[in-house]
Amino acid sequence: MNAGLAQRNPEASSTRGVMAERPDVGKLSVRNVGKIYDPEGAAVVAVEDCDVEVEAGDFVAIVGPSGCGKSTLMNAIAGFDTITSGEIMLDGVPLASPQLAPRPGPDRVVVFQHGALFPWKTVLENVTYGPMVQGKLSADEARIKAMGLLGECGGLDRVADTYPPQLSSGMQRRVEIVRALMNDPSILLLDEPFRAMDTVSKTTMHRHLLQMYRLCRRTIIFITHDLEEAVFLADKVMIMTSRPGTMKKSLDITLPRPRATDMLTSEEFRELKLQLSATVHEEAKKAFVRGEREQA
Amino acid sequence: MSAVEQDVKTIPPAGRATGRTLRPRRLARFVPGWRGTLSVVAFFVLWDLLVRWELGGFAHISSPLAVATAFVEGYLTSADYWMSWWASFQRVLYGFVAAQLLGIPLGLLLGTRPLLNGLFYPVIELLRPIPPLAWVPLSILFWPTTELSIIFITFIGAFFIIVINVHDSVRSIKKEHLWLAQSMGASPLLIFRRIIIPSVIPSIAVGMTLGIAVTWNVVIAAEMIASDSGLGRLTWEGYVSSTGPVVIIGMISIGLAGYLSTLVVDIVEKKMMPWRKGH
Amino acid sequence: MTTQTKVGHLKAEGLRMSYQRKGREPDVVLEDCSLDVEPGKLTVVMGASGCGKSTLAYNLAGYLKPDAGRMTLDGESITGPGSDRVLVFQETALWPWMSVNDNVMFGPVARGEMSDAEARQAALKLLERFGLRDFRDKYPGQLSGGMQRRAEIAQALINKPRVMIMDEPFRGLDEMTRELMQEYYMKLFEETGLTTLFITSELEEAIFLADRILFMGDTPGRIVRTIDVDLPHPRTFEVLDSPEYLALKREAMAQLYVGVEGLEELA
Repeated sequence: MNAGLAQRNPEASSTRGVMAERPDVGKLSVRNVGKIYDPEGAAVVAVEDCDVEVEAGDFVAIVGPSGCGKSTLMNAIAGFDTITSGEIMLDGVPLASPQLAPRPGPDRVVVFQHGALFPWKTVLENVTYGPMVQGKLSADEARIKAMGLLGECGGLDRVADTYPPQLSSGMQRRVEIVRALMNDPSILLLDEPFRAMDTVSKTTMHRHLLQMYRLCRRTIIFITHDLEEAVFLADKVMIMTSRPGTMKKSLDITLPRPRATDMLTSEEFRELKLQLSATVHEEAKKAFVRGEREQA
Repeated sequence: MSAVEQDVKTIPPAGRATGRTLRPRRLARFVPGWRGTLSVVAFFVLWDLLVRWELGGFAHISSPLAVATAFVEGYLTSADYWMSWWASFQRVLYGFVAAQLLGIPLGLLLGTRPLLNGLFYPVIELLRPIPPLAWVPLSILFWPTTELSIIFITFIGAFFIIVINVHDSVRSIKKEHLWLAQSMGASPLLIFRRIIIPSVIPSIAVGMTLGIAVTWNVVIAAEMIASDSGLGRLTWEGYVSSTGPVVIIGMISIGLAGYLSTLVVDIVEKKMMPWRKGH
Repeated sequence: MTTQTKVGHLKAEGLRMSYQRKGREPDVVLEDCSLDVEPGKLTVVMGASGCGKSTLAYNLAGYLKPDAGRMTLDGESITGPGSDRVLVFQETALWPWMSVNDNVMFGPVARGEMSDAEARQAALKLLERFGLRDFRDKYPGQLSGGMQRRAEIAQALINKPRVMIMDEPFRGLDEMTRELMQEYYMKLFEETGLTTLFITSELEEAIFLADRILFMGDTPGRIVRTIDVDLPHPRTFEVLDSPEYLALKREAMAQLYVGVEGLEELA
């Protein structure tokens, strides 16, 4: 198995050992999922007949306009909220269904747009907190693993003793991703983590994220508004429509890995983006117009 | 904000998504749930039991029933009792309103004029830490009547709070808001009227909320020390004359009076900030 | 709206701007910063966060005074704020206590150029054009981000400025709303030919909007490179799928990554 992984991914060999290799975990099935909110009797269908199949270790990006139900879907996978129909399975185990009470777990961690690091703990303490509290790692083991991961992620080991508010927002986000990885999750859920960053910071973040993905090969679900980002990062891009939120289009991204920044201006990239951009714009416009109507 | 609210923006603000049925917040505020009812009932039962068992200091406290009986028989229809309300309310009103009328303009003036600010703000900083009650002796010496001295102390309680709130908020007005008006050629007077004043209204509201609470604290204490009327006096007399129920009737009345004043201030604040509606 | 061609020639020469800091060397934000905004064109200033773009905009708008250098609009010296060059701010600067209508009609009434009724009429016309007619009595806080930005553009346009200075106006909007707003502004620009200086830190936005991109380097900030964008007008998002766009993007990316840690090899 190890050999196979290394072959698929030759540059990973140097980083072996920092993360356990678990190439079989992280197969996610979202089947016919629906979510109806019913406050004050007004049923609002946030998500309907939503299907997503993600193979273990795949990087899937979900693109959709504001209010399309991306976050609802994410919350259901993360175990923050219920669904009203369908089911979600992770490696064959039901995660969510109308009968199941929602239950978050360290095997699927969410990284949000606005950071959730403890400001009163150092970077290292933030990162080691989870596994130590769960008793999975001793203090020493946690520290060694944390320093390894931080180091791999663009030299964050240099700021291990810094408090999060002293870091740039990009660095904070990277620390959060490291913190998520410390739990050895089966799946990593990223909810618009790089929103509102400028082009240069975003490019830097993409490089670090891809490096970490190469390192751990865990399933990633990445939610974004930004089509270019989605195509650049993912193995598969899915476009979600809004109200009700459902998967409208899906495209396998055939760009080879490792992804390099100059691919952004390649002909192949342009073609792939072209196949999706019309759909995205159409959905954006629909959501925009409806959003304005509803404000009135 | 929970992600649910993000996704379904048009739904009127409802309770947090807990995975169970969402209940509109407005309803929840006025209808106490069974937990709330239970805890209030338990409080009175416990109070009654402790008094019955004469546990420690409770030997000197009246039972809820005794308080209720005393209230209905001796106070509910007593003109003296309602005069106590009126006396305290009057003092709070005068002190509070005077503090706003003087404090808001002073805060605006100091906030907008660097020269005046440099000259006078240090004095305010100097006097501010003195607790209002520390002013009691000086106030009694200074003012010809006790009534005026109590109103003055009440005034002090709310005055520094409002001055400082307004002053600070003038100085932290978003510079973009001022610049934009300058770009459009607005005169300084117009900027003051249409930009600066509305900008500080939220801080005036905060100052008023804090001020009304302090004002009640101060007026009750001042009445206990120096006055022969008011709710504070009523409570104190209950103690002096060892009439247990009166002490508690006084306390409840003061609590209620403070609550009612806060409600009024809340309503005034909402009226002052129509643009904050529905947020 | 009248077509305003050939006005709005905004020029800056050798701007220097520093902030005094207690007990330390002054922080030099702009040094020898020069730019020339061609009338009737959309000029974009592109640079990373913190390179002094906003400081440059505040100088041009007249909110800050440079330590040295010269700024002119159509040959006249810029000495302070004026309604001939209105700035649209990052995030929103609409006055939250005024209705949308009052926000938009503020300028001409403040200057005494229009009566209340005239200004209301003019504001209504603009709001209609921006699809905000039904929202004129709402407060800004009740509008969506995209609507707020449109209201701000209307608030600026009513003053008939010679040049619009847009300081990352669509920052903070989500990517899709942002694209729609870019399209919106492009249409407005193509219809009116209103000279625009548009500041952004987002490359795609820069290329889509610009006739010319000025790259700003940091510490201290100045214009280090100019790229002319010859994409055709009227411009729609289809240009982003064209080979010309890719070529421009390649060139621009190389410029952007100069000196950025971890990205130098791409430059």
